[in-house]
Amino acid sequence: MANNLFPYAPAPESRAIVDLAPSYGLFIDGEFADAADGTVFKTVSPATEEVLAEVARAGEADVDRAVRAARRAFPGWAALPGAERGKYLFRIARILQERARELAVLETLDNGKPIRETRDVDLPLVAAHFFYYAGWADKLGYAGFGPAPRPLGVAGQVIPWNFPLLMLAWKIAPALATGNTVVLKPAETTPLSALFFADVCRQAGLPRGVVNILPGYGDAGAALVAHEGVDKVAFTGSTEVGRAIARSVAGTGKKVTLELGGKAANIVFDDAPIDQAVEGIVNGIFFNQGHVCCAGSRLLVQESVQDELLESLKRRMGQLRVGDPLDKNTDIGAINSAEQLARITALAEAGEAEGARRWSPACELPSAGYWFAPTLFTGVTQAHRVAREEIFGPVLSVLTFRTPAEAVEKANNTPYGLSAGIWTEKGSRILSMANKLRAGVVWANTFNKFDPTSPFGGYKESGYGREGGRHGLEAYLDV
Amino acid sequence: MSEKSERPENSERSERSEKDGKAERTGKSGMAEQQARLAVFKTYKLYVGGKFPRSESGRVYEVTDSKSGQWLANAPLASRKDARDAVVAARKAVAGWSGATAYNRGQVLYRVAEMLEGRREQFVREVAEAEGLSKARAAAAVDAAVDRWVWYAGWTDKIAQVVGGANPVAGPFFNLSTPEPTGVVAVLAPQESSLLGLVSVLAPVIATGNTAVVVASQRAPLPALSFGEVLASSDVPSGVVNVLSGRTAELAAPLAAHGDVNALDLAGADADLAVELEAAAADTLKRVRRPAAEDWAAEPGTSRLTAWLETKTVWHPIGV
Repeated sequence: MANNLFPYAPAPESRAIVDLAPSYGLFIDGEFADAADGTVFKTVSPATEEVLAEVARAGEADVDRAVRAARRAFPGWAALPGAERGKYLFRIARILQERARELAVLETLDNGKPIRETRDVDLPLVAAHFFYYAGWADKLGYAGFGPAPRPLGVAGQVIPWNFPLLMLAWKIAPALATGNTVVLKPAETTPLSALFFADVCRQAGLPRGVVNILPGYGDAGAALVAHEGVDKVAFTGSTEVGRAIARSVAGTGKKVTLELGGKAANIVFDDAPIDQAVEGIVNGIFFNQGHVCCAGSRLLVQESVQDELLESLKRRMGQLRVGDPLDKNTDIGAINSAEQLARITALAEAGEAEGARRWSPACELPSAGYWFAPTLFTGVTQAHRVAREEIFGPVLSVLTFRTPAEAVEKANNTPYGLSAGIWTEKGSRILSMANKLRAGVVWANTFNKFDPTSPFGGYKESGYGREGGRHGLEAYLDV
Repeated sequence: MSEKSERPENSERSERSEKDGKAERTGKSGMAEQQARLAVFKTYKLYVGGKFPRSESGRVYEVTDSKSGQWLANAPLASRKDARDAVVAARKAVAGWSGATAYNRGQVLYRVAEMLEGRREQFVREVAEAEGLSKARAAAAVDAAVDRWVWYAGWTDKIAQVVGGANPVAGPFFNLSTPEPTGVVAVLAPQESSLLGLVSVLAPVIATGNTAVVVASQRAPLPALSFGEVLASSDVPSGVVNVLSGRTAELAAPLAAHGDVNALDLAGADADLAVELEAAAADTLKRVRRPAAEDWAAEPGTSRLTAWLETKTVWHPIGV
């Protein structure tokens, strides 16, 4: 960076607030237990490759045990008056608020995302999500699904590694509020916050078996989805696995919601305030290292402002701080795993090979851990892989358009349909674009905004069902 | 004042100290102990603008145990001026409270539940004395009051989704209706149910982002006045709730006619007074909720939320 007049001093958040045990078990029927076959795996900090803890790895026998526990707990939990169920969730929300800093540091350690984001985004949203759905537990009759909608039973839930605790909240809070019990499998690279959440459940006095947590790999997820004791499957992750799940539940009575990949267009018109749009673009693609299914990974910029916008965007990218996720000044943390880093690297290389121009700011990356500099591709066509495939990393592809109609064509030219962004000063244009975009969430003059009251989910191959808001209740009700 | 206003025979303070909760609990163990420890009485005060003033009139009235008729305390006999001061405080709080996020209001209402739960014993005693209930029935009323705050805490960020929504107008327009608080609501709290009734009418007013001037039960105002202390320690901003005690009819008249009061809940008015107040409220076109037979123990529904909400509809053209 040219401008080093006022360099940042390191401002690390202390990790002393997290008391990590050397090993963790599965959480089944209110108790921590080893895996039936005794298998364990290690979870590492992606920023340092340091082993954080050893975690029991759930297999088929454990899935069966957990589903049985959830099934035993179901009648009692579903029969509780909604107000009492709600009060358990309010307790959980309050304990999550109390332990927010501890959980933020833990999440940053295990996931690699900056503490600024876990502290200011993930954890506040996690607590808010429980708080919101707690209030629904005794108001289900008002939600528009009939006078006394009934729960489904046992929910099998599989969540990704990009927002471990937030995705847990999105899954567990509505499931419990509506009277279901759950078996949840966190991702293999980020199991720790879910296990700490198990402890939150214990502090809240939640009845045994209502929440069961099974750290493990894809095999455990597949076994959970396929288990005949599961009435509802909820999955957030890749479109490929989503397809496999849809196939696996075919012919069963299981209700399914899927929140899958995305390749969102972030559309900037010539009348957009450039500085504001640049902030939105940066937030849209570099938030959470780009590990966001709704990331604005395709920038569609109106030709007349392309040069001005790109110049400003590059200048802004040069100011992003990549490094220690525990440092409070860090903007971009570590890539979650070696595997994900390899995937991003391969796609970026394909982008160059196909003829797109690659650019990154000068940026020193730490020697240990998994890192990828913020990257921009210009001269991208709709045929390029970097414009078609979900990269799930800090890589932005820039395309251009001349007319609103062309912007709509290009934006919708993807099998995905999770989100989109529109930048213009003209309200009527925002609304007409929003009407034409085939995407579940459309942000106008903002991006990557989330709220427990606001439904989230995709069109097309980005999945089906909505999470959040009144709409999010439907996925867990027999309606 | 109320029917039981005549001074009871055994009204001396020393008498009451033997009857209060603490003395009962120590029981037979120590006459000597009881004599050595004289209870400290609480001065019951109004709750206006986040402060605990006496009535500007300097007046008080005697509040008695509903069963024995025994003297409990002197409550402030608030004046018309106190009522007007309360409206000023409530109006001042409107911008901040109605502008707070629904999530924030939910957190604050839940905090009220937490604080009330923590003072459960005190309120069980006060409600038992105020309403002549057994300890068990008073406890049930207090528990229900706590749970009512939880119920309404959950409504703050849901009512808009239940009663608002997009309107599919026949034209290229975005059209969205959302509820908004009406402003300052004057509430005549139920006369019989001193705490649960009060909470049941007050919580929906502030859950929806309005501010309130509450006239406590005339005969049994003590739980309401103590409840002001709960509000004061619950992150409820000053002026959002103002509690007055005194003659319902005397205080209701200036509130019903007040130009800066937007709505009026007549839950605690008798039939004749209700008609009179509704007519007075017509001059300023206040939203009026008439008194009705209520089972405060039943699930409240949403009518007390929607009573204090306006609907705002926004139109915007759609087009390139």
